[in-house]
Amino acid sequence: MSQLSKRPVLVVGAGAAGLTAALEMAETGREVVLVEKEPVIGGRVARFHHYFPKLCPPSCGLEINTRRLERNPRIQVLMSTRVKAARRDGDHGWTVMLETEPEYVTDRCTACGACTEVCPATCSDRFNLGLQEAPVIRRPFPHAWPERFILERDACAQGCHECVDACPYDAINLDAASSLQEMQVASVVIATGWHPYPVEKLPELGGGRFPDVISNVELERFASADGPTGGVILRPSTGTPPEKVAFVQCAGSRDIKHLPYCSGVCCLASMKHAFYVKEQLPEAEVTIFYIDRRAPGRNEDFLVRVAETKGVRFVKGKVGKVEERDGTLEVTAEDAEEGKLLHETADLVVLAVGMVPEKEEDPFGLPRDDDGFAVNDPDRGLFVAGVAHRPADVATSIRDATGTSARALAVGRRS
Amino acid sequence: MERIGVFLCSGCGIGEALDLEAVKRIAEELGATCTIHPCLCSEEGVAALCSVLDDGTNDSLVIAACSPRSQCRVFSFDAEKTTVERVGLREQVVWSHPAGDEDTQAMAEDLVRMSIARMGEEKLPVRLEEEIADPVLVVGGGLTGMEAALAAAGMGHPVFLIESSDHLGGALSGLPEVLPVAPPYDRPHQSMIPALIEQVEKNDRIRVLLSTKISSIKGQPGQFEMDVEGPAGAEHLLAGAIVQATGAHPYDVSKVVGLGYGSLPDVITAAELDAMLASGRLARPSDGQTPKHVAFVQCAGSRNSDHLPYCSGECCATTMRQVLTLGRDFPGTEASVLYRDIRTPGQLEHLYQAAQEQPGAFFIRATVRSIEGSGDGRMSVALEQTLLPELTSIEADLVVLATGMVPNSADGEAIRMLHDAQNRVEHGESDVQKEEAQKIVDELRAHEGTEILNLEYRQGPDLPVLAYSFPDSHYICFPYETRRTGIYAAGAVRAPMDPAQAMEDAWGAALKAVQCIEAAKRGEAVHPRSGDIGVPEFFLQRCTQCKRCTEECPFGTLNEDEKGTPELNPLRCRHCGICMGACPERIISFPDYSVTAVSAMIKAIEVPEEDEEKPRILGLLCENDAYPALDAAAQLGKNWNPWVRIIPVRCLGSVNVVWIADALSRGIDGVILIGCKHGDDYQCHYIRGSELATTRLENVQETLDRLALESERIRIVELAHDEFSRIPTILDEFAETIDELGPNPYKGF
Repeated sequence: MSQLSKRPVLVVGAGAAGLTAALEMAETGREVVLVEKEPVIGGRVARFHHYFPKLCPPSCGLEINTRRLERNPRIQVLMSTRVKAARRDGDHGWTVMLETEPEYVTDRCTACGACTEVCPATCSDRFNLGLQEAPVIRRPFPHAWPERFILERDACAQGCHECVDACPYDAINLDAASSLQEMQVASVVIATGWHPYPVEKLPELGGGRFPDVISNVELERFASADGPTGGVILRPSTGTPPEKVAFVQCAGSRDIKHLPYCSGVCCLASMKHAFYVKEQLPEAEVTIFYIDRRAPGRNEDFLVRVAETKGVRFVKGKVGKVEERDGTLEVTAEDAEEGKLLHETADLVVLAVGMVPEKEEDPFGLPRDDDGFAVNDPDRGLFVAGVAHRPADVATSIRDATGTSARALAVGRRS
Repeated sequence: MERIGVFLCSGCGIGEALDLEAVKRIAEELGATCTIHPCLCSEEGVAALCSVLDDGTNDSLVIAACSPRSQCRVFSFDAEKTTVERVGLREQVVWSHPAGDEDTQAMAEDLVRMSIARMGEEKLPVRLEEEIADPVLVVGGGLTGMEAALAAAGMGHPVFLIESSDHLGGALSGLPEVLPVAPPYDRPHQSMIPALIEQVEKNDRIRVLLSTKISSIKGQPGQFEMDVEGPAGAEHLLAGAIVQATGAHPYDVSKVVGLGYGSLPDVITAAELDAMLASGRLARPSDGQTPKHVAFVQCAGSRNSDHLPYCSGECCATTMRQVLTLGRDFPGTEASVLYRDIRTPGQLEHLYQAAQEQPGAFFIRATVRSIEGSGDGRMSVALEQTLLPELTSIEADLVVLATGMVPNSADGEAIRMLHDAQNRVEHGESDVQKEEAQKIVDELRAHEGTEILNLEYRQGPDLPVLAYSFPDSHYICFPYETRRTGIYAAGAVRAPMDPAQAMEDAWGAALKAVQCIEAAKRGEAVHPRSGDIGVPEFFLQRCTQCKRCTEECPFGTLNEDEKGTPELNPLRCRHCGICMGACPERIISFPDYSVTAVSAMIKAIEVPEEDEEKPRILGLLCENDAYPALDAAAQLGKNWNPWVRIIPVRCLGSVNVVWIADALSRGIDGVILIGCKHGDDYQCHYIRGSELATTRLENVQETLDRLALESERIRIVELAHDEFSRIPTILDEFAETIDELGPNPYKGF
């Protein structure tokens, strides 16, 4: 083994792809450092209700992966940590500077909950996409790992130290400071994920203008048992169940004004969402406006299942406009081939927005394609996994993350 | 274990809700040492645990504190030196039941008794130490196989790359251009195949065996012994793990009546057009003329329940590539693409956009009804379900059928059933039996001779296949969770995919192969109980050769000798315990998870006298889904009936029915099993565990009915991991049912 392969591999991001990469490499026997900017693992998928096409909960796979992670001594996990700077060490990998956010709640926390009981302040619940308020100090969500409470320091009431007084384990330090550490790694797997295309950029589709126009990722939260409505799908404006739900496919996707590419998952996500709606509201009418129904592979079976469901309609047409009249939403779609305009009403409109790769912080200077997806740079020992690399569904991201891990492991070996 | 140390944590409200001194007295009466600590997960707490192990006071620990799912890294000890039982007092008792209540106290006391009893039956697992072979066998020398070989070699492992034909390259051989696998995505890319062949051939870790077939593979991960037959004769090879990259072939589209393939000479397949484009000459097969108008028929036999019900996901993009090549190399040629949905997901959308911009390219949404010669040497393509009702047909000089992929797989389980049936036809005991076996033979005859890997496994010679003959993993989260440990399918044989995906898949499967070899060297299990040591032990003197274990193991771990006695291949084992649940003689046990250990737990439950009107219920919960759901319910402050005593199990499939008998004969009033969903969309991490448990339970319920004991006393429920708001209700409702049934009549006997 060369010197380089004695160094750990750095994985940036502990969502579905990063977690997979870290576990798969560590289970071959390699040392791994996993850094995640959030205080919990799981990334985007931890905030999904179910996966298509099995309609199974993401927490089930995360459970197994959490057990694997806890059991594996070769993975060092650094939460609330970002790569601040990175420097190439000649041919010997990278030296990275890692910055960890202030540890207001330390590892003495037992998750007993005494602090939450006394906390007088609330803040926007970011794990619920800001759809509800939550105590400033709290368990992020059920099954969150690590099992440690989080404190949103900026939202504390001034001078308040109720939680400090209440904590039986001296686990809260309101004066904590951020910390830096330098680390030498052999290669890097970037799995920094994605964010949904902002609906505010789609005002013509009602995004950000009407309360009953929501995004597909928001619907995931409304459908989740640990979401803002306890898993009940409601119209945000009235708090009542919707009777007519319209899904707008390619909202900002396959569109040179927004995202020119196809995210490859939104069609299937909306089909899954149609099931969420029909499961709770069997009488509701669901209409899916689409350009092409993209359900590759065995997902075709899922499309057939949805299409056979009573009260679910597929309508070919690109939605150009969503307006509100007397509390009802009006959806206007155009069929490009036929040149005909379609008008439909709905009381809840779900914009199927695409995935945008996260790229704000990139100390490695990764090469990117025209759409902003990062490309492997094997000569510099940089490999990209998951949606940071290409838009894909969870199964594909996880598969790719496994392959990417192999590439990262091969760095520094005689080939 | 003999010297059991019980540690009761009084933190997180446990001390306030329970009389821990009373629990301590019970533990001491049972012969354990017992310590109450204010915060076991603190540094001081862990130091206290370590000191009793270090000074030899205890050889095993019962940690009664938070859930076994909490603080795992803090409470981790060397599994070869210490066994640890966790009792989830915090979640399962204190957070979910009223403080200071006698039922809450009884629950805590029982859980501690149960864990002490279990610990008394546990043994230290012993790590396997076997000679492990490093090489990876890669079957198939196409794009996926070559990439997998380079990946495994890149990770430092020797590789045997076996290809049945006389050349490397597979389905992409001879194509100058392929779909883009990297930016820019708006044009065809030069094929990577020639460069890959060169890299494979000059890699000194890779040995290529062309024109070679596998005669047999014996053994287990780390110790696969293979006999192969090549041009130089037979050879014996050793490998640690296997990647199957046997690819796919185009669907035989002549089966799709009406499309004219085979009867109209100018109807060709996409693969045939590729060959034409590669030769640089575009000519109609009928007359050698250059076609002016080419019609592409998408989904030719795909997304069709009579042919291929699935979408191959790659044909639309291939058509775009061909349209672009036509436009570039044969300008002026018109192309009409007849499609149902254009499926170019991800960055391949750019290829579609480029094709749309190409002059002379038309995209028409339609279903093709039929293709017929129109007399003037052209063809008429009849359309339906078009967006423009007046558009009923188009004329073309050449029609290209975009055909889907059919995996080059073999259905190991079907082959095994065929062979078993053939055996019964020859040696059957009665004519009826022979007749039935003959029916199976007739039905499965098509599988004769389709073997690829030729595994000498009781459960068949190849990977089990899932829907549409793809030996895919069923899992979204775990795409490589194969049912034959150490054997991983990759590329188009695993699922339909394009070259970019196949390349990633190859590297992923190679990683899993390397990982399996490395885990075998460490004597550890692979996914999902990765890192686990301690394999099942078989007390074969009492084996009755009933073959349930060999049949029911989802991973094909067990072979049979001639009499039908199981032969364990420990490195194939995934440690789920389904064999343990299957065995009617109870001769299969893990050192740290055994029939007797769980029986001891059940027998440790204190069953109140009938007149106390406090029934007892045993809950056997899958540790992967149901038990975590109950933890989450407790976190959210939900309550459930305090009569229930929960034992987490590795899988419902590991539940031996003797446990139910033990519970009922002990006077326990009801038994509830909660496990993962089964069926087509199963969520059981061991494939069939919860399904097998359901079948076994049905048999038990029949027995109960015969004994005049109500079968409602036993219930099995499916539950998903996120159904934490449902699980307390399930327990409460079951408790109500038991209350209505009245006490178990065997109570007190």
